[in-house]
Amino acid sequence: MTKITMREAISQALMEEMDRDPAVFIMGEEVGVWGGTYAVTKGFFDKYGADRVKDTPIAENAIIGGAIGAAMVGQRPIAELMTINFAFSAMDYIVNQAAKLRYMFGGQFMLPLVIRAVGGGGRQLGATHSQTPDAIFAHFPGLKVVSPGTPEDAKGLLKSAIRSNDPILFIEHATMYQVRGEVPDGEYLIPIGKSKVQRPGKDLTIVTYCKGLELSMKAADELAKEGIEAEIVDLRTLRPLDMEPVLESFKKTNRAIVVEEGWKSYGVGSEIVSRIYEEAFDYVDAPIIRVAQKEVPLPYNRTLEQAALPQVHDIVAAAKEVLK
Amino acid sequence: MKKEQLLDLYHQMVLIRRVEERGAELYQAGKIGGFMHLYIGQEAVSTGLIAAREPRDRVITAYRDHGVALNCGLSADSVMAELLGKATGTSKGKGGSMHMADTEKNMWGGHAIVGGHLPIAAGFAVGDQYAKNDNVTICMFGDGATNIGYFHEALNLAKTWGLRVLWVCENNQYGMGTAVKRASAVDEIRQKAEGYGMKNAEVDGMDVMKVYEASKAAIDYVRREGQPYLLEINTYRFRGHSMGDPERYRKSEEVKKWQESDPIGIFNKYLLEKKIATRKALDEIEARVEEEVAKAVEFAETSPEPALSELFADIYADN
Repeated sequence: MTKITMREAISQALMEEMDRDPAVFIMGEEVGVWGGTYAVTKGFFDKYGADRVKDTPIAENAIIGGAIGAAMVGQRPIAELMTINFAFSAMDYIVNQAAKLRYMFGGQFMLPLVIRAVGGGGRQLGATHSQTPDAIFAHFPGLKVVSPGTPEDAKGLLKSAIRSNDPILFIEHATMYQVRGEVPDGEYLIPIGKSKVQRPGKDLTIVTYCKGLELSMKAADELAKEGIEAEIVDLRTLRPLDMEPVLESFKKTNRAIVVEEGWKSYGVGSEIVSRIYEEAFDYVDAPIIRVAQKEVPLPYNRTLEQAALPQVHDIVAAAKEVLK
Repeated sequence: MKKEQLLDLYHQMVLIRRVEERGAELYQAGKIGGFMHLYIGQEAVSTGLIAAREPRDRVITAYRDHGVALNCGLSADSVMAELLGKATGTSKGKGGSMHMADTEKNMWGGHAIVGGHLPIAAGFAVGDQYAKNDNVTICMFGDGATNIGYFHEALNLAKTWGLRVLWVCENNQYGMGTAVKRASAVDEIRQKAEGYGMKNAEVDGMDVMKVYEASKAAIDYVRREGQPYLLEINTYRFRGHSMGDPERYRKSEEVKKWQESDPIGIFNKYLLEKKIATRKALDEIEARVEEEVAKAVEFAETSPEPALSELFADIYADN
């Protein structure tokens, strides 16, 4: 095992897959000469050249639409959205085209496409550049939505995504590129659509993913000081959603909270809570609590921004509440 | 073009007309659902255009796609079956009138979001450029699509990256019920290519030979130069925008005037005057089309519905 950052993990995954398969190329805003606005593709332009690291105009429809077309004719493009907030400019291509073209034409087309997008708040970028709209995209059958919370998962899942024959939205978090974690030496893959227990425990289940995992792990440390053992289930993929580890954990603990960075209403947490009630109602010992972002456009001011985002202490409080 | 090819074009045009006339009847009889946009009046456009392509050149179009599908070599049987939503249809009954494709015939679909397929067409050309071949992507769209942002992003990318796309605007004078003048800053759609430094031309779309010649020149240019090109083909749809269009936006005199330039009539006259075909030979083609269409309707009506298990098939390629 080696300890690397999230940025290095994603960068390694891209590089390994580009070395492995000449059909893989990258296209997006500032991915080439600039090296990626989050420096994920730093050095790629020099190594692979302009053909394989394509700087695009600021034109999200052309980026995602173009990547879809290239995928349909046999290439394996990785399209980068500088931030997931720009996905709204390309909404038609993500939900109306990528998610539907295969099905609508009776399975004739294959779309081996990865859309990498950076999401999340906490960097004082203001309301339009700080969103966590993951649930919106997970709503659409035909799309797969992956959002890792550790370097190990980021690398293994991204490599699987690039090898997949389906359109995948791969969501990274803007504040997590420096997060360090151990990754296995040598090549490895992590399957898409598998949730994972990231920390075992017996008193309650915390269901989360991406930034929520980082916060929940810290919260679990706090809770452990008071003798509370939280089990953390990391969804890793939002669609297709793997409920097995969640239900297995819940049937053991009978109490759960769900932690996400996006807004609470109509969110990932709403889906998880419903599924638990539908599939494990007899095991419920306490109402399940959702910890999520306050229902406001995210403000610029740091204090206000942090007040809107879910915090470690919110998770600790929710855990204690559900254990009452 | 050789005599056989010219007669084949005539066959294709008559086939489109009859398939759609029968389709309209089946629609009114309640056997076809959803939206259905007829190509009647515009047959010379895709017939002349697609005759000018190499089989390796890709075709992608909007929702008015039955004619394009037939020109690309999809069978009347599979087109009719798709209209009826049958398992034997071009898209296994899951796409309907607006979504017909056959990748083996390099027909990459009718697409129902106005302008939505233009960046995808650019993407085909990105893929072909990456694969270092010189295939041309022929992307057809209506005049209305040139007012949406997708058009401009796609044209800009195509010129900036040197993509082999022939952009074909079928200007049938109306985007649904809105005349070009009422929706577009310029009357001549081809002018929009000028802003992108893109070569362009305009051609009469009621004359299949003129369409063919202009398309041939454009495709040759795109392939040779590795640059996009915009061809505006002026035409007119004789029927409503879709089935059930009250047509309040145009006068019947206008429709009648354009119908005097029926593309099938013009080509029929051309073939006779140039002594390429006899009246008898053309009558025989028309009789053959009647049989083909009757057979296609029979095929579609007797084809099975998609199995319910198909509901969950083909959402993803990987499990």
